Amino acid sequence: MSHTPSTDMVTPKLKLMTVVNMLKKGTRSTGRGLLDFRQIEIVPGYVPNADGSALVRLGNTVVVAGVKLEIGSPYPDTPNEGALVVSAEFMPTASPTFEPGPPDENAIELARVVDRALRELKAIDLSKLAIVPGRKAWVVYVDIYVLDHDGNLVDASSIASLAALMNTYLPKVEVDEAGNIKVDKSSKVAPLPINHKVLTVTISKVENVLFVDPDLEEESVAETKLIVAVSDDGRIAGLQKSGSGGLTEAEVSAAVDIAIKIGSGLIDLVTSKMLKQS
Amino acid sequence: MERPRLIREDGLRHDGRRPDELRPVKVSVGVLNKASGSALVEYGATKVLAAVHGPREIPLRHLLLPDRAIIRCRYHMLTFSTHERKSPVPSRREIELSKVIRESLEPVVMTEMFPRAAIDVFIEVINADGGTRTASVTAASLALADAGIPMRDIVVGVAVGKVNGVLVLDIDEVEDMFGEADMPVAVAPSLGMVTLLQLNGVLTREEFAEALKLALRGASQIYGIAREALRSNYMKVRVEE
Repeated sequence: MSHTPSTDMVTPKLKLMTVVNMLKKGTRSTGRGLLDFRQIEIVPGYVPNADGSALVRLGNTVVVAGVKLEIGSPYPDTPNEGALVVSAEFMPTASPTFEPGPPDENAIELARVVDRALRELKAIDLSKLAIVPGRKAWVVYVDIYVLDHDGNLVDASSIASLAALMNTYLPKVEVDEAGNIKVDKSSKVAPLPINHKVLTVTISKVENVLFVDPDLEEESVAETKLIVAVSDDGRIAGLQKSGSGGLTEAEVSAAVDIAIKIGSGLIDLVTSKMLKQS
Repeated sequence: MERPRLIREDGLRHDGRRPDELRPVKVSVGVLNKASGSALVEYGATKVLAAVHGPREIPLRHLLLPDRAIIRCRYHMLTFSTHERKSPVPSRREIELSKVIRESLEPVVMTEMFPRAAIDVFIEVINADGGTRTASVTAASLALADAGIPMRDIVVGVAVGKVNGVLVLDIDEVEDMFGEADMPVAVAPSLGMVTLLQLNGVLTREEFAEALKLALRGASQIYGIAREALRSNYMKVRVEE
């Protein structure tokens, strides 16, 4: 059962009021503007044993995403396609308020939002992931772990997922006449086929101010947020209002415009960082 | 299931509706005996029951807030509400929907009037034919109103979809399954506030603007029906007294 969360961390009211007043004046504690992201650092291939991985630092928020490829049976309605499974966990390392245990509603929501964006856009070309059509196909597991929480977990996770997928290579597969499948993970034959790049840009709202990429303090004063998944061709690949407040129609419209504008730049930034480091 | 023709040659939908036409909406309020408030909402074949208990004390004191009531919400599907039997184990989908539905109600409920109390909202999907979460929002907010809980507005939900490239109002299961996009929206019309917004699918900026307009128009129709159902329920009580 979902219930109203109690305030995550105890922060002095005076500090929160200062944060709100600064946002209303269009300024932020670190000097960046309302529509500026914090510094983004990407470490592709951070986990050598994963089939693809990336560590992402968004300011002080740290997320690691890893991809594992497994041979599985395709879904009956898509017998000639691979499958995509996205999950997320908020690790107890990330915050004193995170408890170990199965993913809570926030982690489930995050994973499902990232999953829907990748799935609906057909970001991964699943039709190229059949091994024995109708019988065996690659299952792409994207697992997101939040290691350190300083706000904006959704965007950091979506960047990490995209980077991890761009870092993933398909191994060599041989199918003999008896239908036995031999996988040689030591030789990588091709990058995971990607149709589209996508990531989320989350717009937070406090009173009538819209801003992006909140740190934890800013996040704790935000009334609500709109998560917008933006594709590399400037379309909207998913939306999720998250948090207890509401937005006017004009705010929704403004938020989507901001997200599309920032999103394409962010996709270019991630792409160039990935190229530079590979 | 075979993929049916979603938009017919005459421009109507597979069930004969115009693109901007709702399914028949039925609303009844105060349908349960023991709940503080309740509502049964039907959008076509989709049928959702909501019950509210409280504001009340709960044994889990650590959940309570000193300055307002908490809202607890569970969206739950009956095992036989879907084509394939739904496992009684809570699914990830149900967990996510419980959260977004609760968050769609929080802005309109005056929780500050009941510190250290819980308002419990239980939503049972009896039959699922698309639009269950949006019917749930409508049912839940009417159940809250029926419970006499002070509210700034009632929230009503409706989904817009894109099928065969056409934006359509209040999509059913077939249109959801075979269509290109599903965008559930909930609004508090008198406050002019969007309190639930999701998009499962891909839309251009222009399509999104049009889809939101269509959703708001549909929501205002449902709002009229919902308000009338509430009003007529209380008129009935007055006559009986």
